[in-house]
Amino acid sequence: MWGEMTAPTPYDHLPEFDPSEPVKMEASERKKLLDRYYPDYRTEHKSTLRVGQNGGDIVPDEIAEILQSRSLLGTNHPKDLPSQPDIEVDLLIIGGGGAGMTAAIFAQEAGASVLLATKLRVGDSNTVMAEGGIQVALGEDDSPVHHFKDAYRGGHFTGDPELLSTLVKEGPDIIGWLIRKGVLFDRDPSGNLSLRKGGGTTRHRLISAKDYTGLEIIRVLKEDLMNSGVAIWEFSPAVELLQGPEGSCAGAVIRDVDNGSLKWVKAKSVLLATGGTGRLHIGSFATSNHFGATGDGLVMAYRLGARLVNMESFQYHPTGVIYPSEMAGMLITEAVRGAGARMFNVHGKRFIPELETRDVVAAAIIRECEEGRGVRTPSGHYGVYLDLTTIDREMGEGTVARRFPNIVKLMGKHQVDCTVQPILVYPTLHYQNGGVSVDVSGHTTIPGLYVAGEVSGGVHGKNRLMGNSLLEVFVYGRRVGLAAIRESADRKPFSWHEVSLGHVFRFEGELEKEFPGTPLSEAPVLFPDYRKHPDGSKV
Amino acid sequence: MNQSSVLCGLKAQIRLPRCAVFQYEAPEGARLIQVWINGKEWTVPEGLTLIQAMWHTGHEVIHGIGCLGGVCGACAAVYRMPGNFRLFNALACQTLVKEGMAFSLIASYPTQRAHYDIETLADPKEGLFELYPESATCRNCNACTEVCPQGIDVRTSVWQAAFGDFKGVAESTMSCVMCGLCVSRCIAEMAPHEIALYARRAYGSRELPFPDNLRHRIDAVQNGSFDQDLERLTHLTSEELKLECGVK
Repeated sequence: MWGEMTAPTPYDHLPEFDPSEPVKMEASERKKLLDRYYPDYRTEHKSTLRVGQNGGDIVPDEIAEILQSRSLLGTNHPKDLPSQPDIEVDLLIIGGGGAGMTAAIFAQEAGASVLLATKLRVGDSNTVMAEGGIQVALGEDDSPVHHFKDAYRGGHFTGDPELLSTLVKEGPDIIGWLIRKGVLFDRDPSGNLSLRKGGGTTRHRLISAKDYTGLEIIRVLKEDLMNSGVAIWEFSPAVELLQGPEGSCAGAVIRDVDNGSLKWVKAKSVLLATGGTGRLHIGSFATSNHFGATGDGLVMAYRLGARLVNMESFQYHPTGVIYPSEMAGMLITEAVRGAGARMFNVHGKRFIPELETRDVVAAAIIRECEEGRGVRTPSGHYGVYLDLTTIDREMGEGTVARRFPNIVKLMGKHQVDCTVQPILVYPTLHYQNGGVSVDVSGHTTIPGLYVAGEVSGGVHGKNRLMGNSLLEVFVYGRRVGLAAIRESADRKPFSWHEVSLGHVFRFEGELEKEFPGTPLSEAPVLFPDYRKHPDGSKV
Repeated sequence: MNQSSVLCGLKAQIRLPRCAVFQYEAPEGARLIQVWINGKEWTVPEGLTLIQAMWHTGHEVIHGIGCLGGVCGACAAVYRMPGNFRLFNALACQTLVKEGMAFSLIASYPTQRAHYDIETLADPKEGLFELYPESATCRNCNACTEVCPQGIDVRTSVWQAAFGDFKGVAESTMSCVMCGLCVSRCIAEMAPHEIALYARRAYGSRELPFPDNLRHRIDAVQNGSFDQDLERLTHLTSEELKLECGVK
């Protein structure tokens, strides 16, 4: 029998944790910290877009690469479409997360023919992973107006006021819809929804289902969607949108991942609900995102000529697990800091008020690690300590286990008991703040093309507060789903002969002009590839 | 024209974006161990999850991966250890490989799902026996509890449902990821996770009173209580809005 592993761990020599309060920050210091350390504001690993609607914008290299890419249909792709589509629907929804599922349920109820295509299973999404909760202004001292102001300030005054106003106003009603479907949010002893505090807000406004909020919602909605009569194609990513009359969107090309066949879908309206981009590992950061978060919707919409907004802006959640390394990127919800968890550097000192906005906390962790005050992991990465034991000390033994059972369970599987040991964390790529530019009905700049959820941009501006995106997927899932079928009924009929891949040819032509002879990537990426050959090289 | 061939072997043809440089890494100096993946022997470093071990050995996994965060239930797996007759279970994205482990992904398990509208059921308690008549036939073997990768006391939850204690079900099955491993072991042919979902939904939708604080806020929004203020905010110039929202 082999002996126990004796490799050193970051837990071998824990410093003594000094509970002294960290120094409060002035606005000017916050800005300096962000400019110097937050990845969005750094100049390295950025590219200027040269092709498409956002030409001239500076974005991360990885985003430039997928936007300025060639079609997966290949250089020898069929110039003619098949003589007829495989299916015709009122509404094609691409993506099966929170926004897509909600849109599908409402659109079906309203009597439209709906097809939902998603590249993994229905529900496989960032929504199902949401831990901490949903922001909805329910407290007696709170109102949608306070919610608006907090979100706008949290977004560094760059969010779209119209989009925000709709979000906060329709929030309570859509939560009521979820509850009537049987979603179990935590209650206080009087039966009210329990309200907790998230970072960057002035009121207790987070409702949650322990730390399984997304899972609880998705379990319920998936059951209803599967029973709803909506046509569902799983393991079927879209690889290209189709162009209709006058530059409109007229459907999509869907690929079956099991046999590689293509399905041609003609649709009066197409709703992109493809989610975020964490699996692109922007800046080589680990990610908290689900396996399919590769920004496919951005790629397809951009090729068809849609305008994007804030594509330089991403949320690096401050507290991703960095050790044990096999868990890299997994999120520890901000709610633990709301409950009183503290962060310490390698010297055992607190270095930032823990409830600053996510970007400020993330920048502070990066600063500690880059200035030599991080804790080295056996894989050679650096992190800081996130200590949950203060929660039990301040709020009573057992609080961590009761409020955060999922974190305790998951860390426990990797031999870290976070009720007595600190967790080692480093920022993890968590959310795409920007996306396809939309109005309050999910309209893009392309007629017939609608967008909802993380793939859209505008509502959060350049920074999102915890719990606002989960609200967004349901509020806008409903709104945009309903708008898309309402307008599909009024859309002037068009024939299959007017449908083409002309936009793909045009885009490829522009690429050829800007990047002559340069080999470019093909996209959408669809799935990340972490495989290694036996010799250690990438496949 | 052969469209179906266009994207076959996609991975072999396409140029991968540079962005795929991130790798999950085993700890420095991790020792190598033998594992069996779908019945075939491989050598992998210790410290990888089952999914990471599959990547490490070149497997492409699409069916069987969802969130990679232990909550979506896509990666249910079973495994055995040398010299042990027991069948073990796991979520493949959260479980580390061990020396001699033989594992297989159970990416999907066929399950019977009832059709119902939770809001309009005449009697949710009776409804359980109409929709899932087998839910009263538990023979107490406890295999469901033993196979649950979430450590849920599944057998108890089935009895709680049968006795109408839907609140009890809600509490005992909160962490269910709907992987369906319990279905694979049930000798009474039940789908315990679907029964639990029904009971939880019935409890939330039909037993628990609608929360007062939410009802009041929905009413206030419908009465237009916030329209004027929100309307005003959306019409401010960006400088005015910044001033108005800038102070906590």
